[in-house]
Amino acid sequence: MPRSDQDSQGRPVVVITGTGVLTSLGQGKADNWARLTGGVSGIHRISRFPVAGLRTTIAGTVDFVPVAALSAPALSERLAELVAEEAIAEAAIGRPGDFPGRLFLALPPVELEWPQRLALAEASGANETVGYEDLLRAAGSGAFEANYRRFLFGSVAENLADALGTKGSPVAISTACASGATAIQLALEAIRRGETEAALCIGTDASVNPESLIRFSLLSALSTRNDPPEAASRPFSKDRDGFVMSEGAGALVLESLAHARARGARILGVVEGCGERADSFHRTRSNPDGRPIIACLRNALEDAGIGPEDVDYINAHGTGTPENDKMEWLGVSTVFGERAGSIPMSSNKSMIGHTLTAAGAVEAVFSLLTLREGRIPPTINYDAPDPALPVDCVPNVARDATLRRAISNSFGFGGQNVSLVLATEPA
Amino acid sequence: MADPSPRDALITGIGLVSCLGEGLDAHWAALDDPTGFRPVVDEAGFAPWPVHPIAKLDLDRQIPKKGDQRQMEAWQRIGTYAAGLALEDAGVKGDAGLLGRMDMIVAAGGGERDYAADAAILSALPRAADPGALLNERLMSDLRPTLLLAQLSNLLAGNISVVHGVVGSSKTFMGEEAAGADAVRIAAARIAAGQGELFLVGGSYNAQRPDVLLHFEMGGKLWRHPYLPVWARQDAGGGMVLGSLGCFLVIESRAHARARGKAGRARIAHVATDRSRRAPGEAAANAARQWAALPGPLDAAAVISGASGAAPATAEEAAFLAAQGLPVRAAATALGHALEPAFPAGVALASMAVEKGRLFGPLEAAERIMPGALRQAVVTGWGNWRGEAMALVLPAD
Repeated sequence: MPRSDQDSQGRPVVVITGTGVLTSLGQGKADNWARLTGGVSGIHRISRFPVAGLRTTIAGTVDFVPVAALSAPALSERLAELVAEEAIAEAAIGRPGDFPGRLFLALPPVELEWPQRLALAEASGANETVGYEDLLRAAGSGAFEANYRRFLFGSVAENLADALGTKGSPVAISTACASGATAIQLALEAIRRGETEAALCIGTDASVNPESLIRFSLLSALSTRNDPPEAASRPFSKDRDGFVMSEGAGALVLESLAHARARGARILGVVEGCGERADSFHRTRSNPDGRPIIACLRNALEDAGIGPEDVDYINAHGTGTPENDKMEWLGVSTVFGERAGSIPMSSNKSMIGHTLTAAGAVEAVFSLLTLREGRIPPTINYDAPDPALPVDCVPNVARDATLRRAISNSFGFGGQNVSLVLATEPA
Repeated sequence: MADPSPRDALITGIGLVSCLGEGLDAHWAALDDPTGFRPVVDEAGFAPWPVHPIAKLDLDRQIPKKGDQRQMEAWQRIGTYAAGLALEDAGVKGDAGLLGRMDMIVAAGGGERDYAADAAILSALPRAADPGALLNERLMSDLRPTLLLAQLSNLLAGNISVVHGVVGSSKTFMGEEAAGADAVRIAAARIAAGQGELFLVGGSYNAQRPDVLLHFEMGGKLWRHPYLPVWARQDAGGGMVLGSLGCFLVIESRAHARARGKAGRARIAHVATDRSRRAPGEAAANAARQWAALPGPLDAAAVISGASGAAPATAEEAAFLAAQGLPVRAAATALGHALEPAFPAGVALASMAVEKGRLFGPLEAAERIMPGALRQAVVTGWGNWRGEAMALVLPAD
């Protein structure tokens, strides 16, 4: 263990002392890790709602966690609770309902959903045609007050803060597919500036419903390779055709090293740095010259005070869209040069699909497990390599390796790019 | 007052658009009308709910490409426009070097729905033999492919990156009023800690939307009578009158502003945010702690309140503020309540007032004239449901 609680730039070292994860592969780290390293896919045919007429009929939904009134915020909140409990138990921090630090929560945008809209329409008593004036009339009865709270953008975070006893105003984040990583970044910065000694970072997403699936489908972002479902997510393959929408959650307890040491906590890893760079090229496409992703990766290395040669593993954003994987390789190959093709760079999304706003947190948990276990989860469905992407994606079978440091990439619609640097031990 | 620190968070640019118009001068003229404040309210368009409509904007001035305008819904156009005004005011618009290092924190809800498509689906589904299949079919055929990009919370920030080139970093906070307050708080904290030099912080809100009225009507939060100012509404049960608004602040370290020869309009000396479960008195207790932690004297001070108008929080805040004894202005009386950007807008009004050295006139009978000089402006931000925030805005120097 190092002597100093500060990093080479004089900032508090920020460590991870607890993690929790839940995906379509199962609940908890043990089940997820066994399946992830076993090359098991969590993608299946959608049973939550009818799929008649849809181009994409598969997803990585989480169907094994019951909630009273299903909606994206309700299930997202429940998944967040479950992973938070796992992370807090592992960290053995605080007391039940009394977490001694801030909450940073990544979650999907919230809006009223079709079942609630239909209930309002029915209550309005409108006959032939129903419009918003009818819904508004029904809304005034007071019978839908629970919808008001449920579909506030702030209520998931507020309810979690109530349940977990986190301190201060919770920050709810939306940076699209980078949200989970942004939550970790905000916590890292808050601990570094001494605002809080501990933070709970959660990314959660349970937004697979007809409308959100169709919205992504209409942008041609989703794989339509429906049969067999487990073969649809094909990052870095020549025949990749889109991402698979999925659900899940990940949680990390972050603390200053000084705080963790003082309470005798077991240190699982270090968040050495974070890089970010936004893209001004287009709302859904990356700048073709790759500059934003390159700058994002370089900012991460600089923030961590390391060079490209110090990175042993890259947990790819690796969505399996033609565009993402090409741009990610352009960024990685530019920053890592000749080493790029020999740094293992696998995509968890080949098995769990794209957990969207949760992805950055889920994959940070998996990156940490990869470092700690010395075993790299594979990129499955890799049987038609794309010659334009000569990446070592750890094809199809997990691989043992001695690893000290990983980068986890998250790139979002809207041009929001974040890369995290994680390590096993304080430098 | 403490000596100026290079890590002070200065406001070096403000972009504000609302029912009162565009820019600081238009707002000050409307707020400080010597003949008395006259609200701009649309009482007919969404009756019985009054709303404050956005002033007419010449979008081409800040969003020159028609293609960009078409890719956005109103909330994004309002916000992208206000962001452009702020960048212009700060003298950084079009400066690729500065924009490439600029950190952006946007507070946002979500975008407009396609009301016609929703109505058609709601009308058809109850009679459908297979409602699930019909929902899929209609959504597949009726939703515009780009609608998602007009709805996603983070796509106001995305549009600001595309239109104005702000790319240093981009974060979007969700969570109604608290999101706007935490955006300002975190920008100021990062500047103080040397974690950033130049920030664009704010948000936008389109109140002229049946879906947002629907949401707050379900919660019983709206004022559904002819317009009254915020405090005057409380005797009749309270309620929010929503307002369309865009507000962005350029917040910059004193060192950075000085190095590029830019004077600050005002200084954000303190920002605190917290939460409570809102049992009676809990929000006021948070505010009392925040008040006690404000730095320096409040010897020439006034309050810009972010009170939403909704009961019971507004009455609790009114009582808390009355006990402090300072002149108060409820921003929502003039601007309407605008959720996410309400707190940044309160900071903008505070900045204007301390820069001019005096408070604008009362907005309603319950507010009193402040005859003397103004040197400190306290900004409050209590959410209509949760969250309590407070800022202190001081002169820049």
